Amino acid sequence: MSNEKKITLTIDGQQLTVPAGTTVMDAAETIGIHIPRLCYHPSLSLEGSCRVCIVKIEGMPSYVTSCSTMVTEGMVVYTNEPDVREARRDIVELILDNHPRACLTCERDSNCELQNLAYTVGVRERLFEGERKRYEIEDSGKSVIRDAEKCILCGRCVRVCHEVQGVYNLSQHNRGFNTVVTPAHGDKMDDSVCIQCGQCINACPTASLQEKRHVDRIWKALADPTKHVVVQTAPSIRAAIGEEFGYEPGTPCTGKMVTALRKLGFDKVFDSNFSADLTIIEESNELIERVKSGGKLPLITSCSPGWINFMEKFYPELMPYASTCRSPMSMLSALLKTYYAEKFAIDPKDIFVVAVMPCVAKKYEMDRPEHYIDGMQLTDAVVTTRELGWMIKSNSINFKGLEDGEFDTPLGESSGAADIFGTTGGVMEAALRTAAEKITGQSLDHVEFTDVRAVEGFRERTLQVGDLSLNIGVTNGIVNAKKLLEKVVSGEKEFHVIEIMACPGGCIGGGGQPYPPKGYKILDPELLRKRAQALYTIDQGKKLRKSHENPSIQALYDEYLGEPGGKKAHKLLHTHYNQKFPKGIK
Amino acid sequence: MIPAVNDKVLENARAALPASVVEFIDKVNQGERPSSHLIAVLHKVQEELGFLPRESMDAVAQLMQVPTAKVTGVASFYHHFSFVPKGKYIISVCTGTACYVKGAEEVIDKFKEELGINLGETTADGLFTLEDTRCLGACALAPVVKVGDDIHASMTADKVPGIIERYMNLAD
Repeated sequence: MSNEKKITLTIDGQQLTVPAGTTVMDAAETIGIHIPRLCYHPSLSLEGSCRVCIVKIEGMPSYVTSCSTMVTEGMVVYTNEPDVREARRDIVELILDNHPRACLTCERDSNCELQNLAYTVGVRERLFEGERKRYEIEDSGKSVIRDAEKCILCGRCVRVCHEVQGVYNLSQHNRGFNTVVTPAHGDKMDDSVCIQCGQCINACPTASLQEKRHVDRIWKALADPTKHVVVQTAPSIRAAIGEEFGYEPGTPCTGKMVTALRKLGFDKVFDSNFSADLTIIEESNELIERVKSGGKLPLITSCSPGWINFMEKFYPELMPYASTCRSPMSMLSALLKTYYAEKFAIDPKDIFVVAVMPCVAKKYEMDRPEHYIDGMQLTDAVVTTRELGWMIKSNSINFKGLEDGEFDTPLGESSGAADIFGTTGGVMEAALRTAAEKITGQSLDHVEFTDVRAVEGFRERTLQVGDLSLNIGVTNGIVNAKKLLEKVVSGEKEFHVIEIMACPGGCIGGGGQPYPPKGYKILDPELLRKRAQALYTIDQGKKLRKSHENPSIQALYDEYLGEPGGKKAHKLLHTHYNQKFPKGIK
Repeated sequence: MIPAVNDKVLENARAALPASVVEFIDKVNQGERPSSHLIAVLHKVQEELGFLPRESMDAVAQLMQVPTAKVTGVASFYHHFSFVPKGKYIISVCTGTACYVKGAEEVIDKFKEELGINLGETTADGLFTLEDTRCLGACALAPVVKVGDDIHASMTADKVPGIIERYMNLAD
């Protein structure tokens, strides 16, 4: 029996009772009435700026926004009367009046929330042609480009950057007609505290924020007979690419993805999973070394370039604690231009390495000098899951009709531990599968460490591994990382290992993942859960579930690298960090 | 406890602001909800420096631990704050309805011509900034021009050179 106060009201003639403190929008939803909306997002603070969700309430002098109005006893609400419909349509028309009419040539044609909304509310003609805001496209950034003309000032990017990522790089500047969303001082993205995570791109309802596209350079390389064009795919791509082709979220599509890449013309299709396994070998070695030699603890994972950017700008004091392991992408690219080039006698200059990533920060990472070896760029192009989806469609490949393909060997073999890198807690779980066996010297009965899967964004646990009691932390979404890091910096708690993923949910919620299909939204816990489930399903279906048992990894060390953490491994698989400015406000 | 990197960011921030502003920030930081004093701090910076240089806003952000995008977002919202240096004398020509119909436009044009600058700009010698402004509430005196704190009533284009000369002499 709850003693929570209840409110009874009427919406569109239907009486209903909801808890006090419910908004009109949420109350309507409980009886199946979905009020159109734009700036509202359940995971973000209320903005109330777009006015699209207006309703009429008896006794109120004007329409009110249902997202920000609480229900009151006896309230009578109309969501769909002709006058409300007309006012709502007028509001959308006014937004469109200040928006380019470029749908036909726009990147988000057919998956734009504004376009859908205009259709839903019934905008069928344009009445006015007047002055509208004009801005140059800011495309100087490595990862994120801004087209302020397409911005409708819903503030979702500003809120996600502040409230989910704790970066607060974006803010509305100026006022009225001149309002524009930019970093501080109106600076370019790459001159700001931006961590390149791309969550603003996901949050944007239009094409005002987009990833820097690398598709053209890939078409060019594929058409060049002197180039040996190889591709690698991150663990989380297989869990999300199906959404681009109408599959239910959570449908694993590894085999079709591989076949599609072959059809696109790549000479070899490799798997970043391979280097995810390699990461586990190198990182667990690093951990054991640090524990043995009294080195810096906690060891903090380094797979997520958004997190690395955040560390360098906001927490430079933690740089000595981060694992020196390159990201799996960078590791595999390094091997492709050295080990693979030597093994197959191909001049590394002729190898063009493409990486399919869930991540826009990887576009920034590939150009960082810290990810070059002897002046040689390792990765030549990074495309997001969205860009790959488009490439497949653009080549008229019938994705759903494809046979399942297999990755090429040897850099395509991987364990199930690598697959789960794509979701929160995955790196930790994969590391534990290996560390536990190394520490105890016994084979694990249960390989699944479900306790480290930080689906809620933040987890601290103490795990008993042999005689060792390990304090671990797992976070996703930088706001959660900040909570944990404050404990580390202040000395409130001592951790041994911390996994940090910049994006909510880990890579499955990355800034380059497909825009949510109908019925889902960005940051949607259900969507993230389904994508994660796809990876766990793949893991469970594999015989090989521990990184150190991957025979291709063992062969790589025997044939080429020598010892984990050895000189060669260090040169090819490890990197270093540098403090970056401007310094962010924690 | 892991000590912060000594990157001199805070030290530089203190050096970038007038001592009185640093003192004021130190004071509000000790009180409740320090970030609610952001606008007051920006006012103090502009009072001291005449405008808000970029480095001053970066410094305010660091010392108050308010994200820089918020500082510049707030500062750019208010007409009062300026990101460019202003002249010693700010010439505000009223373009409210009464002043406008009585010839404010010609007065502005004459100022532009005589000073060689556009609205919002400052003369190279740093003496004058030309601005238009909405109703100053002195409609009976229209058209009105405000120079510094002085009001000049019933302005005409012909009076402009004399006014400029008067302030140039004052400045000498």
